[in-house]
Amino acid sequence: MKKTKLNKAHYTLKGKMVDFVGWDLPVQYSQTGINEEHNAVRTFGGIFDVSHMGEIFFRGPQAMDALQYLTSNNVARLIPGKVHYSVLLTEKGCFVDDLTVYMLSETEYLIVVNAVNTEKDHKWAKEKTGHFDVEIINESDAYTQVAIQGPNAEKLLSQFLDPNTDLGAIKYYHFTTGKIKALDAIISRTGYTGEDGFEIYFKSDEEAASQFFLELAENGKALGIIPVGLGARDTLRLEASMALYGNDIDDSHTVLEADLGWILKLKKGDFIGRDVLLKQKEEGITRKLVGFELTGRGIARHGYPVYVDGKEYETVTSGTFAPFLKKAIGMTYLPIEKCDIGTEFQVGIRDKMVSAKVVETPFYKRNK
Amino acid sequence: MSVNVKDLKFTKDHEWVRVEEEIAIVGISDYAQKELGDVVYVELPEVGETKEKGEACSNIESVKAVSDIYCPVSGEIVEANAALEDAPEIVNKDPYGDGWIFKVRMNDSGQLDELMNSDQYDEYLKGILEE
Repeated sequence: MKKTKLNKAHYTLKGKMVDFVGWDLPVQYSQTGINEEHNAVRTFGGIFDVSHMGEIFFRGPQAMDALQYLTSNNVARLIPGKVHYSVLLTEKGCFVDDLTVYMLSETEYLIVVNAVNTEKDHKWAKEKTGHFDVEIINESDAYTQVAIQGPNAEKLLSQFLDPNTDLGAIKYYHFTTGKIKALDAIISRTGYTGEDGFEIYFKSDEEAASQFFLELAENGKALGIIPVGLGARDTLRLEASMALYGNDIDDSHTVLEADLGWILKLKKGDFIGRDVLLKQKEEGITRKLVGFELTGRGIARHGYPVYVDGKEYETVTSGTFAPFLKKAIGMTYLPIEKCDIGTEFQVGIRDKMVSAKVVETPFYKRNK
Repeated sequence: MSVNVKDLKFTKDHEWVRVEEEIAIVGISDYAQKELGDVVYVELPEVGETKEKGEACSNIESVKAVSDIYCPVSGEIVEANAALEDAPEIVNKDPYGDGWIFKVRMNDSGQLDELMNSDQYDEYLKGILEE
């Protein structure tokens, strides 16, 4: 199994370690547990090791053009210090991966991708952009990534930055570069929880990285901030209706079907999958990703069959018992005529058909 | 509820049994509830149904996973712990006491001899943790 540079810190903090797509990471920490960690992030905050994610750099005179061709969102609208959410597209307008794109300068961009797809994304990007003057380099092994999420995230992180860095000035989906103690870091106000918070990227040795994480954990105590594992990371993102590659988005559903039309900029120029998506937009989609609640007893989970008018349709893409909202929620694709709020359908849970209804998403929205 | 764990019997699937005359009270062990994590849902067995030893009769869901509970002895389900419907977390908080899941009227109390006693279960756990 691969280890992040924070591995020693997890053992010190009594992380319950599991193999997550080949990485040795905590699913939770022993003294807390998924529910407690989830609710802590919603009320105070949590710190996460997300170093398994991939960091791929695009460098060169045509870095922007290469990204514009590969992705769904409009890279030309970025300015240095701005980041956006986007999709790495297949020729059929489906997902190679979802990602965030950071503009560092006119000739340097960073994309942050899912751990399970890093090598695939890198290979795909290089193959498809041979005609652009750009170098695409996978620097994932060098980078440690820590997320601090929750209402007290800014209070905690400010303690570690030099006094000249005004964290409050960094708006949502913007980033800065600065020093965290001796470490050069990229600090963005982004996250995968639905809370305010930051994602921090830096290169360092194990010693400095683990030290930083342990200090965050120590200083976090006074603010109610605790270390949080992958289990709660998943329940948090689902409550906030954020998609997960492999569950809600994949290479067989399009960007429009996944209800991510807001990051699809068809007018920006040519890009992979544009023809298919343009046509689909004109003709209309025949199915869509929706959020639902169970109205009967049970918990819907990934892979459970979905029944529309009694007939099997697709399967639940993501589902859980939401720790903060305290209800069974999930996402699934439904025929477009069944996607209105309130529409009822059923989920097969072992030998029972449990009733469900389409609800508005996001399930959870934080008070601003 | 205070319970003397030493008096309980255990199965290899980490269920415990407490005997009160012809009734076997069943729950899951502390080891099992820790492994599961936060319990968010318990599907109780139907009262009145007859179950064979080893038959799946209930399941417990944690945030991340679903686990079957197997009936440790044959008999009729006479009671299920309804408190777990609204407060499944009791299984985590008091696995041997208030976290009991169901009660079986045994039709063959000899089956109890096939279960492990508390010391044997401790040995069994040691073996698992060493793997």
